[in-house]
Amino acid sequence: MRLTPDALIFWQYGFFKLNATIVFTWALMAVLVLGAALITRRLVTGHQRSRWQNLLEIVVTAIVSQIKDVGLKEPRRYLWFLGTLFLFVAASALATVIPGYEPPTASLSTTTALALCVLVAVPLFGISGQGLLGYLKSYLRPTPIMLPFNLISEATRTLALAVRLFGNMMSGAMIIAILLSITPFVFPVVMTVLGLLTGMVQAYIFTILAAVYIAAATRSSKAATPSVPDA
Amino acid sequence: MDALTWIAIASIVMVGLTTGFGTMAPALAEGKAVSVTLSALAQQPDASATITRTLFVGLAMIESTAIYCFVVSMILIFANPFWNTALAAAGQAAQAAGK
Repeated sequence: MRLTPDALIFWQYGFFKLNATIVFTWALMAVLVLGAALITRRLVTGHQRSRWQNLLEIVVTAIVSQIKDVGLKEPRRYLWFLGTLFLFVAASALATVIPGYEPPTASLSTTTALALCVLVAVPLFGISGQGLLGYLKSYLRPTPIMLPFNLISEATRTLALAVRLFGNMMSGAMIIAILLSITPFVFPVVMTVLGLLTGMVQAYIFTILAAVYIAAATRSSKAATPSVPDA
Repeated sequence: MDALTWIAIASIVMVGLTTGFGTMAPALAEGKAVSVTLSALAQQPDASATITRTLFVGLAMIESTAIYCFVVSMILIFANPFWNTALAAAGQAAQAAGK
């Protein structure tokens, strides 16, 4: 029983292993980049736009409105990071309809990498929004006694992000694999649909949590600090 | 009973307990969260977008504790380090005794 796509190795040369995670990640990246490049080659602003451009506009405006709802004042500044997170995790979940595909986010390596990106991006956005001193002072909010707890919460938030996404995607794949060996085919199909739903919800959750952490880091000390979810 | 049997018994029992507790408590918490959300939606239907989004974020938080229990159970079943080392040691002992 294979826990992660890391175990499926296509080719090996010494220390470097070409496993299923790397192959599917690069395939996803190629599809996303080439698709976006092809669709945005000729953008029009009138009413006669192609349906693909319409689809991309719907996606982008939805992400922008969600980022603004979370409390970030200029959504376009963070759109490149948060939008990429959402699109990658969502595409990785959606592509499970292709037979033989395993989502690369079902591997702890991929989700840890995404969570580390968030861990690095939050201080960067905070420093660019508040200045270095202002950002470091935010660790002393609400009282200086909270400094070690704030530092620990940074680490546990990252770990929680990684394990949450990994657990959800891995459990979806594992349930389907187990059911395929016991039950008629209709049940694994139903579980695949459920896996699609949870994959999209987890993509949304990952992005919204990253946006909330960035909002907490860029909020100035004069405004009221929001309650940041901290599991 | 030898060490291998003890490890197997402990792993199996703990997998069952972990999954059992790990599904009960988050289910209760999520039920409470959804019921409060429904009454809030009934009182203020025009804030439904904010309420629904907050509900989903809260549910994901609660769900992640269930996922932690599930991951530990999976590790115990499929990638159990104690079982693997004990199996390797027993295999080596059997090889040494067989020679």
